[in-house]
Amino acid sequence: MSDITVTKGAPARFRSATEEAPLARWAMIAAAVLGLGILVFAPLIAVFVEALARGVAASLASLATRDAQEAIKLTLTIAAISVPFNAIFGVAAAWFITKFDFRGKAFLITLIDLPFSVSPVVAGLCIVLMFGANSLIGGWLVANGFPIVFAMPGIILATMFVTFPFVARELIPVMIEQGRAEEEAALTLGASGWRVFWTVTLPNIRWALLYGVLLCNARAMGEFGAVAVVSGKIRGQTATMPTTIEMLYQEYLSVAAFSLAAVLALLALVTLLLKTALEIRHADQLAATHRH
Amino acid sequence: MHIEIDEISKSFGTTAALHPVSLSIPSGALVALLGPSGSGKTTLLRILGGLEFPTSGRVLFDGQDATGLSVQERRAGFVFQSYALFRHMTVFDNIAYGLNARPRASRPTKAEIARRVTKLLELIQLPDIGARYPSQLSGGQRQRVALARALAIEPRMLLLDEPFGALDAKVRKELRQGLRDIHDTTGLTTVFVTHDQEEAMELADLVVVMSMGRIEQIGKPQDVRAKPKTAFVREFISL
Repeated sequence: MSDITVTKGAPARFRSATEEAPLARWAMIAAAVLGLGILVFAPLIAVFVEALARGVAASLASLATRDAQEAIKLTLTIAAISVPFNAIFGVAAAWFITKFDFRGKAFLITLIDLPFSVSPVVAGLCIVLMFGANSLIGGWLVANGFPIVFAMPGIILATMFVTFPFVARELIPVMIEQGRAEEEAALTLGASGWRVFWTVTLPNIRWALLYGVLLCNARAMGEFGAVAVVSGKIRGQTATMPTTIEMLYQEYLSVAAFSLAAVLALLALVTLLLKTALEIRHADQLAATHRH
Repeated sequence: MHIEIDEISKSFGTTAALHPVSLSIPSGALVALLGPSGSGKTTLLRILGGLEFPTSGRVLFDGQDATGLSVQERRAGFVFQSYALFRHMTVFDNIAYGLNARPRASRPTKAEIARRVTKLLELIQLPDIGARYPSQLSGGQRQRVALARALAIEPRMLLLDEPFGALDAKVRKELRQGLRDIHDTTGLTTVFVTHDQEEAMELADLVVVMSMGRIEQIGKPQDVRAKPKTAFVREFISL
């Protein structure tokens, strides 16, 4: 007994084993807030401040120009085409990778990740080399009235390439963690493969899928490098929102540039709000299924 | 239903999970596949259920070759080791899943499905949990729901993979009796996999001891206990 020394006095409050000392805690919180402030909030606020520097009217007027309108339309169209395609591809790839064992699986995963490691500009150049008017395929396509480079198909290709991994990357860990047991159970109960997919697989991955789609969408709307190379940035025709913003900025039209940038930022914020709203609405289900 | 396993073997790549094994399971029997992990017992069970296909050999159901039958065509009520309940569905929807999955022509009406699910919930003695989600159930309740879900399809046989593996000792004892009762009421040919020799001996009519992908001994529990055929069985039983 005598070897246990009881500290007399203060230790009234016990700290849980994983809790940090108060000083360390406050230091980390401060670092996080500071980092977020400098890297995220300040730039976001700056965009809106610059956009409204000459008043709301000037900002709206710049957005009403034909070039700005066309850019917004083009960007939304591209997202509307490339995001669903990548969602379907991502689900198919994740399903294939997690539910089957085959040779070259690791290689396939690396291949899916490739767009993350290749610079978008390089990706854009590859598309130009493949489908440009001077290439074999591109020459034939142009001759047949279906140009890819400096036209919408090229922009869509570039956007799809860059946003390729988002959905699959979100889904693969979730599907690995869930394993195949539920699908097998559904099969033994007589369900067809298609039915199993719609009633068991898809409901189990829907939150990861939604998250992947939102990330994919944000990136599809914001992509600059690859699109800048393949689109040719023809105003009113192939200039997307990001490329238009850049051109306006280079011409010292800062209100117009930042107004368009603010719209782009707002689109991203809307998708985030959408996700949060869905999460709140389905909170009970989320709790029941232990999904984030 | 009488099940005949005729010289079934299974390899995964170059490793043999099952050397040719043969086994005859009489209709209505309650059979335990007993062995340590890696003995091939789960592989054999999955082959019966149609979740794996044998490398060679045949499976016969009531004398008919069933080797090529798909998992859906087997109509085997399968209870998975971790139960594999559909986590995004209520208990009711879990049990109704197999009936809802039937082609329209043979699918019971909504009212009939509800009636059957209610009856199954009574059978597993959990009449009031239909609206709950699997995550809100205890381990023992989940196991019984998995059993009810498997029974809902009016299976031709019942296959259970370590049905009591994830439960504490007390619940395990209760559920053993539960499975025995359900087997006796339904009369279904039932095969379960276990590594627990006491469980196998107490519950089964017929014990199949397996090791390293081979069947070491087939016999009634008392016979296996009294006259172990091989050194492996003697050692495994005395554990």
